[in-house]
Amino acid sequence: MLYSDPFETLMQLQQALDSFRSSSWLSTSTSGAGGFPPLNVFSKGDDIVIVAEAPGLKKDQLDIQVKGRTIQIAGVKSLSYGDNVSLHRRERTTGRFSRSLSLPVEIDADKIKAEYRDGMLAVFLPRAEHDKPRSIKIA
Amino acid sequence: MAGQELEVQQKKEVSSQQEKTIPARFYVPATDIFETGDALKIVMEMAGVPKDAVDVKIENEVLSVEGRIETTNYNGFEPLYTEYPIGHYARSFSLPWQVDQQNITAELEDGVLTLTLNKKPESKLRRIAIQ
Repeated sequence: MLYSDPFETLMQLQQALDSFRSSSWLSTSTSGAGGFPPLNVFSKGDDIVIVAEAPGLKKDQLDIQVKGRTIQIAGVKSLSYGDNVSLHRRERTTGRFSRSLSLPVEIDADKIKAEYRDGMLAVFLPRAEHDKPRSIKIA
Repeated sequence: MAGQELEVQQKKEVSSQQEKTIPARFYVPATDIFETGDALKIVMEMAGVPKDAVDVKIENEVLSVEGRIETTNYNGFEPLYTEYPIGHYARSFSLPWQVDQQNITAELEDGVLTLTLNKKPESKLRRIAIQ
């Protein structure tokens, strides 16, 4: 395997994200935009995937709720350093968080899956069958 | 501390001083450093980095850490809306002399890397009993 191969993928991903930084999709339907955790939303086929960077959480500190087209991600991030320590540098932050997001498409609430791995939260939202685009054959 | 609203820290790109030979961008992981009686602990947030993708090396008294995210997870994904950039992580620190460079351990859990840099025996905290 070439050393540069996985980085080519990353490079493409970074460029794709750059060009979307000013996308207006969802812009009026997120609450707490700029809040924690930062969200990236992708489409995969017909489905939608929300990806968030949230290192150092415990699964039971994360609460994901869905109602209609709105997803809410909430939780608490806390840290402990132990007793008798002297802190040299502190950059990690703690606190409560809550974000909600309204999707412009209908989702199948029964098939939503959420995964938390390596500090990344991914919520898979399958598009409702009746909302999927259909191609129309020209007669 | 857990009562306050959690805010997002903007990701900082690694400065050109530590430029990489590959074209992708690297980011600086948010880091806490604290000292216990017998060790210095460095805790870095590297979301998306799996266990086998972390390199920790020491060269000329400098500790360098590099964490590479898993990009294959993004196969077939098209961005619709973005709030944060994606990239690998890199950061380095000069080590204080008190650290025993042969005795460093690393642990990665939920995207948080914890390095334990044990102190040299002569610099460990000793309690002196009063006679």
